[in-house]
Amino acid sequence: MAYSTKVIDHYNNPRNVGSLDVKDEAVGTGLVGAPECGDVMKLQIRVNEETGVIEDAKFKTFGCGSAIASSSLATEMLKGKTIEEAEKIKNTELVQELNLPPVKIHCSVLAEDAIKAAIEDFKKKQAAKREKAQEALANA
Amino acid sequence: MALDKTSLDLSRPIYMDNNATTPMDPRVLEAMMPYFTEKFGNAASRNHAYGWEAEEAVEKAREQVAKAIGANAKEIIFTSGATESDNIAIKGAVEMYAEKGNHIITLLTEHKAVLDTCRRLEREGKAIVTYLAPKPDGIVDLEQLEAAITDKTIMVAIMMANNEIGVIQPMAEIGEICRKHGVLFFTDAVQAVGKVPVDVDSMKIDVLAISGHKIYGPKGIGALYVRRKNPRVKLAGVIDGGGQERGMRSGTLNVPGIVGLGKALEIAIEEMPSEMKRLTYLRNKLKDGVMSQLEDCYVNGSMESRLPGNINISYAYVEGEGLLMGLKGLAVSSGSACTSASLEPSHVLKALGVGDELAHSSIRYGLGRFTTEEEVDYAIQITVEAVNRLREMSPLYEMAKAGIDLKTVQWNHH
Repeated sequence: MAYSTKVIDHYNNPRNVGSLDVKDEAVGTGLVGAPECGDVMKLQIRVNEETGVIEDAKFKTFGCGSAIASSSLATEMLKGKTIEEAEKIKNTELVQELNLPPVKIHCSVLAEDAIKAAIEDFKKKQAAKREKAQEALANA
Repeated sequence: MALDKTSLDLSRPIYMDNNATTPMDPRVLEAMMPYFTEKFGNAASRNHAYGWEAEEAVEKAREQVAKAIGANAKEIIFTSGATESDNIAIKGAVEMYAEKGNHIITLLTEHKAVLDTCRRLEREGKAIVTYLAPKPDGIVDLEQLEAAITDKTIMVAIMMANNEIGVIQPMAEIGEICRKHGVLFFTDAVQAVGKVPVDVDSMKIDVLAISGHKIYGPKGIGALYVRRKNPRVKLAGVIDGGGQERGMRSGTLNVPGIVGLGKALEIAIEEMPSEMKRLTYLRNKLKDGVMSQLEDCYVNGSMESRLPGNINISYAYVEGEGLLMGLKGLAVSSGSACTSASLEPSHVLKALGVGDELAHSSIRYGLGRFTTEEEVDYAIQITVEAVNRLREMSPLYEMAKAGIDLKTVQWNHH
């Protein structure tokens, strides 16, 4: 199967490969997929806790070229968006931008899942942080 | 490792997929050429010179094929390829030996041409099939095989050398068991004939399939060896028509293809001793080259009983199709699901008990007659580079390095 030039570009020059500190309260981590299925994506966002803007995004992916390209593109799209805007990212945008063939749609779905999982993780951390603060306030 | 890339032609990927198909040897093409044009006769035309010269060429090729496997020329029939040969062998036996029984024993690591033929016969209620799992090294468990034979068993179908992992089965031992129990021994020997010694008598093989394009011959031609005595094997034809090939394979003979198959085998047998040595050396160099530079990689299948030119390695934490993309200078294949139409990882690796994740991470290198040492050096270099690069990008590698046991992680399957 021939890959689109955009997939090849992301595969050869992946944007934002790397890791953020999982324990950081401003960081949300999404880990989706399974090794047995042939794709695992780890996608992380660092959110400005004041403004809710995603200031950094990183990924690591085990998978085919289309999976790598989907997660690479996702990190690019996430940067600069607010959490609310990021929640609206749809896999179809990735499909269109990367010209993914039908057999590779699942790669874009996985990337969307990874975004959602990272956001959810960030929100959970923030909720826990608020709860802690309230507890501390009540005990004070 | 510094490589002088200028001496390698990198305008196209280097071909290292000789278990899939092989380029035709120019000597084979040369032998075939006249039979497309001036010597175009139908080998079944008995009353003119065109027919005679075609028939003569076919009979010469039949001798060449027979000689390559220690058979008699009368025991060779020509087909369109190994898939057809496999179909005739199994379906033909099930029909012909219906009175004796309907049980077939085969291996889970067989080619789809054998497995899917068996599955159809089961679906149609014509046969009962036992699919044996091989040992983790890919080799059949002989005790299990013998135990599986019943008084209804008519055939054991076990390939001589596997197309994915190159593992060679203990043919003489299997043949001995089959003979002892009066069961036909059929082997798909597509990957083995012309590459390693094959002898139908000492191995007690009754039916054997051959393909042209795996041995530097043309595509669209194959052969089937059908034993004529001790025991005399009879197979019902699958294609009805003019009754060519002793009634087992109707259809006008593909004379140029047959000439090519004969010539290809003649060359392969002549060059086998030196080629076996050369390819074993290159294959081991490739294996040692990547494995000495990369951690966590595993050879799939036995190293002791294996085709000289084949090596199949799983690179943990890296997905096969992603890796193939990084190996674009190299034409190889992977057992990853993404590379097959079925979206399932290799059934061969699964049958060996290789986990799905390592099956997804496998690369098959098939070295052949035209593979050079320089190309092997190049393959080592780009494999190491690509695996290292993708591991840096792999969350699994990162987790493993952090001491996380990947088997204990709760993955969300999709």
